[in-house]
Amino acid sequence: MKYIIAIIKPFKLEEVREALSAIGVQGVTVTEVKGHGRQRGHTEFYRGAEYAVSFVPKVKIEVAVESSIVSKVVEAIQSAAKTGQIGDGKVFVLPLEEAYRVRTGESGSSAL
Amino acid sequence: MQTLSKIGRRVIPPLLGAGALTLLGASQAFAAATINKGDTAWMLMATALVVLMTYPGLALFYGGLVRSKNVLSVLMQVTTCFCMVAILWALFGYSLAFTNGSGALAPFIGGWSKAFLANVSPSTMAATFSKETYLPEYVYVIFQMTFACITPALIIGAFAERMKFSAVLLFLFIWFCFSYLPMAHMVWWWAGPDCYTLSAAAADLVKSCVGDTAAADFLKQLADAGTDKDKVAAVLSAYNDATSAGNGWLFNKGAIDFAGGSVVHINAGVAGLVCALMLGKRVGLNKEPMAPHNLVTTLLGTGLLFFGWFGFNAGSNLEANGGAAVAFLNTILGTCGAALAWSFGEFVTRKHASLLGAASGAVAGLVAITPACGFVGPMGAIVIGALAGIVCLTAVVWLKPIFGYDDALDVFGVHGIGGMLGAMLTGVFVNPNIGALSGQGIVNYLATDATSKTADFVLSAQLYSQFIDVLTAIVLSGVVSYIACLICKYTVGLRVDEQSEREGLDIAEHGERAFN
Repeated sequence: MKYIIAIIKPFKLEEVREALSAIGVQGVTVTEVKGHGRQRGHTEFYRGAEYAVSFVPKVKIEVAVESSIVSKVVEAIQSAAKTGQIGDGKVFVLPLEEAYRVRTGESGSSAL
Repeated sequence: MQTLSKIGRRVIPPLLGAGALTLLGASQAFAAATINKGDTAWMLMATALVVLMTYPGLALFYGGLVRSKNVLSVLMQVTTCFCMVAILWALFGYSLAFTNGSGALAPFIGGWSKAFLANVSPSTMAATFSKETYLPEYVYVIFQMTFACITPALIIGAFAERMKFSAVLLFLFIWFCFSYLPMAHMVWWWAGPDCYTLSAAAADLVKSCVGDTAAADFLKQLADAGTDKDKVAAVLSAYNDATSAGNGWLFNKGAIDFAGGSVVHINAGVAGLVCALMLGKRVGLNKEPMAPHNLVTTLLGTGLLFFGWFGFNAGSNLEANGGAAVAFLNTILGTCGAALAWSFGEFVTRKHASLLGAASGAVAGLVAITPACGFVGPMGAIVIGALAGIVCLTAVVWLKPIFGYDDALDVFGVHGIGGMLGAMLTGVFVNPNIGALSGQGIVNYLATDATSKTADFVLSAQLYSQFIDVLTAIVLSGVVSYIACLICKYTVGLRVDEQSEREGLDIAEHGERAFN
């Protein structure tokens, strides 16, 4: 099992959710986050005050999947989230030791 | 009959402004004195509009500009200020601003004869700017009350996000008593237009203005003068001096301030600057983001200020007539000119025209047109507005960083600088003889009948009067604010501690949060 974390542009969330749904990924956790990679922030002016906004709003998607479909999932996220502009985001793949379903007590891949 | 603009060496004081006098009790009413129901209805409405400016207009304008952890503290300070001053106004404020004073202080502050609103009743009257035309005195009491309420509330923007609530109230109390009331008396207190009529037909009125023996003497001199113009002029000049003796100091200097450029805006703006200097900078200034938390709220407040300002400016005409319409129109034109100018200035220097800039420009325009609105013409109003937009933008964006004071919501940059600019430009564009830019001129009421005419205009004399007006407001408000800050510092303390400031005044001072 693998745990996949993707940071994407907020307006791409719906497309990514549809792409994941299409390849059978059922559970997704979404968080609104701020951060920056190579993309620079922007500057805001309020009368005389100038603020460099270096943290850009992003959406973090987390999915736990079986190892066999990891490449399909990563590809789905990449193609759905891509605009070709700087700031499209990142995908991280982490090993996942165990998973449990709270309601039934199932574990392993059947809990995903 | 005869109307004179200059008599002897003395320029007759311009007789306009938001002030007027109550001199007639019902028992001694001048036969021709009338109360117009249309004027009364308009002034009651205008008064309600000025309430709307402070509450919630100014509260929302300021509330949106602070960080979300301090929004309730600003709203609460404005609320409490309004309520406190309204009560103080009825207790003694009206009396000290709008009655004759006594002794050497008479030109600077009124007396106690109407403390607790004694001697005011539904049948007493207050003068307007037309001869023989009056308002019920209660209308004038509440109209001026709303001015007194908004002025200290303006200062709150300067010390926002860091001053103790107890210190805010103590400071505003002291400042209201020793800076607002004297300025209102000095600029707006005068004998009223009918006191400048010297006529046997109005003998009762002449008596009520200068006293029984003096009145008989002046009327005798007038009768003796007959049709000799020089002699009549000499009598009128002496009568002008006698009747003007109780007027406010700046009024007699010839300073003109239609709706409160010096009394309200310079006064509050300078107090804001002194407070910002005395309190010091907010914790984290220029290190942490301090962006306004809700500019939609700020625009809502701007709109309510704009709307209420028609009561403030057009209401200061005290009558529902063409003069009120001119003030109304000039208020719109000055505001729009300044909003466009500020936006343009931002676009040129920053590549973006921001909403906050347009809203700030609108308020700067409203401030600058306030002293001018009833005196200038529509084209003059546009010029004043455009200059106010550029000058206040410069003050806020460049002047403040150079001197390094933390005037949190730019009370000095907008109200102080905008007020000074407006007060001086009023003296330029009141001129009735400058073509398309011509103003309304200054009314001269001195006559031997119920006529009034436009006085001769002398630019240098008028600018000097305006300068004295501006300087007086700066010095008085500066000194009073400095002493008031020291009193707060050594009694209740000026600032909250650093931990409270970081937590936000809403929780630390008021035990609540705006957004849950």
